Amino acid sequence: MKKIFSKPQSLKPTVMHYCPGCGHSIIHRLVAEAIDQLGIRERTIGVPPAGCAVLAYNYFDVDMGEAPHGRALAVATGLKRVQPDKVVFTYQGDGDIAAIGTAETIHAANRGEKLTAIFVNNGTYGMTGGQMAPTTLVGMGSTTTPQGRNPDRDGTPLDLTQMLAVAKGSVYLERVAVNSPKNIKRAAAAIKKAFQVQLDGLGFALVEVLSMCPTNWKMEPVKSLEWIDQTMTQVFPLGVIKDLTGYDSKGETA
Amino acid sequence: MTKRLMRGSHVLGEAAVRAGCRYYFGYPITPQNEVPEYMSGRLLEVGGTFVQAESEVASINMVMGAAMAGARVMTTSSSPGVSLKQEGISYLAGLELPAVIANMMRGGPGLGNIAPAQGDYFQATRGGGHGDYRCIVLAPASCQELCDLTLRAFDLADKYRNPVMILGDGMMGQMMEPVEFPEPIDPASLPAKDWTLTGAAGRPQRTILSLLLDPKVLEAHNYKLTRKYDAITRAEQDWETYLCDDARLVVVAFGTAARIAKGAIKRVREMGVKVGLFRPKTLWPFPYQPLAELARDTRHLLAFEMNSGQMVEDVRLAAAGQGEVYFYGRPGGVIPTPDEVAHQISHYYYGAGLDQAAAVAHRA
Repeated sequence: MKKIFSKPQSLKPTVMHYCPGCGHSIIHRLVAEAIDQLGIRERTIGVPPAGCAVLAYNYFDVDMGEAPHGRALAVATGLKRVQPDKVVFTYQGDGDIAAIGTAETIHAANRGEKLTAIFVNNGTYGMTGGQMAPTTLVGMGSTTTPQGRNPDRDGTPLDLTQMLAVAKGSVYLERVAVNSPKNIKRAAAAIKKAFQVQLDGLGFALVEVLSMCPTNWKMEPVKSLEWIDQTMTQVFPLGVIKDLTGYDSKGETA
Repeated sequence: MTKRLMRGSHVLGEAAVRAGCRYYFGYPITPQNEVPEYMSGRLLEVGGTFVQAESEVASINMVMGAAMAGARVMTTSSSPGVSLKQEGISYLAGLELPAVIANMMRGGPGLGNIAPAQGDYFQATRGGGHGDYRCIVLAPASCQELCDLTLRAFDLADKYRNPVMILGDGMMGQMMEPVEFPEPIDPASLPAKDWTLTGAAGRPQRTILSLLLDPKVLEAHNYKLTRKYDAITRAEQDWETYLCDDARLVVVAFGTAARIAKGAIKRVREMGVKVGLFRPKTLWPFPYQPLAELARDTRHLLAFEMNSGQMVEDVRLAAAGQGEVYFYGRPGGVIPTPDEVAHQISHYYYGAGLDQAAAVAHRA
């Protein structure tokens, strides 16, 4: 019998700590599959965030070095500058990459660091219990916006990925989601492409992944899948935000 | 080996390169801008990497990444910038990563000024960042010593897998003195590190973490660090004594203040005042025992610092009630003259009647 589906080599056979309906486990799998497909497991180094994915080193079977909250891309810069032949990726949440780590992120992109950033946007600080994130939608409830995010008091959701498009060093930026098989397929291709950009030494690549947090959204898991399509993508539309790779549409090297 | 006349900031950079440092991450701040400027050119010549980071926060985290990759790496700054690095220094200590951080201190608190000062003694020796940890802190007092201690800093960092801070000041960075440099170390000749993140090729995954959620596990990690700090305390204390043999009062000072104190001691010695100098070269670990012996023998210590009184607390801990501990300090970036310090020495010396033989009878 031919085996057509198996656990990626770059993922450990471990039970994950993520809540039911959370998108992190899907995204972990997509990252691991990309690493496997490109055959780079033995030269990949990951930098997890502070946040829900802080324990990612328990799941990815690659070398992992922990960064302070928001500093993943600065730590990754150090790792990559010393070892340009290695593949270095960061895995960061919205609070990590778009609030406390905004400066590190923009400047890593602007320097054109040959890094791959996976940016998981679920519009909330999951690990700390559901406070307002930089990406929380207007009107969306959180433990620090009990009456919903108020633009006058709290500002509006920050579109970090759009901001990064302005930086000359960013080569490939795409926003995807993991709320449906179709979107997951697209996300898989984008993540693989973001690693390919690094392998080809083109510059900075980032994939923003809209992801479900039923626990802090206080939604049924199925409803949270729908909510991404119906509400979240209105503010954070899916698609390629910047692509200077010259690859063809399948994500293969031109 | 020839002597080269160089300013302190350049000495620091050149010594780092000769120690095998090929990675420098920094951010401009006066009065140490000559270090990143020097490194930006010098590292090009030796095939190294210089990155001007977007902030001190980013630069210390780049240092962290380079250290994870096994490189000898350095960042430098001055007081306000070093405050920003403290988060990263705590992580370096927790992750047990070797790195060298130089602080060419200026006046504070806040933005303060850009004049030489020693107001960061507490920050350097007591942590600065969060958690139970220690930085090895080296305090050079001349350009030659800045060279020697920079080389030593890289060795200590690697030996103990711990951050090492070189605590200088704006004066030391600017002054020019002849320096004899050792032959450069080829980074490729340094012993391989068996804990670095290089990709899991033919070996199991490696992780470098400071998140230890189980209190028992974190406690064990803290005890491990404590044992390391104890070993450093036993092995690495360093100090200089100057004219202490017949001294009836000993000035305790580090770095630039110690140089000023030396000038003052020379002056008062001409008048027959029997005073010596104790100069800690390691501020952590602080050389308590040798200073305790001087406290026991002389009963009169005068801590002199370019701040409002910080190292004096360690001097009191060393003296442990054996005699008097006086303090003289000038904070805010004021550089006291040797005459001024000489006046203070005379004040305490004659005030305590140390010119009278009876006052020192206990030494017999």
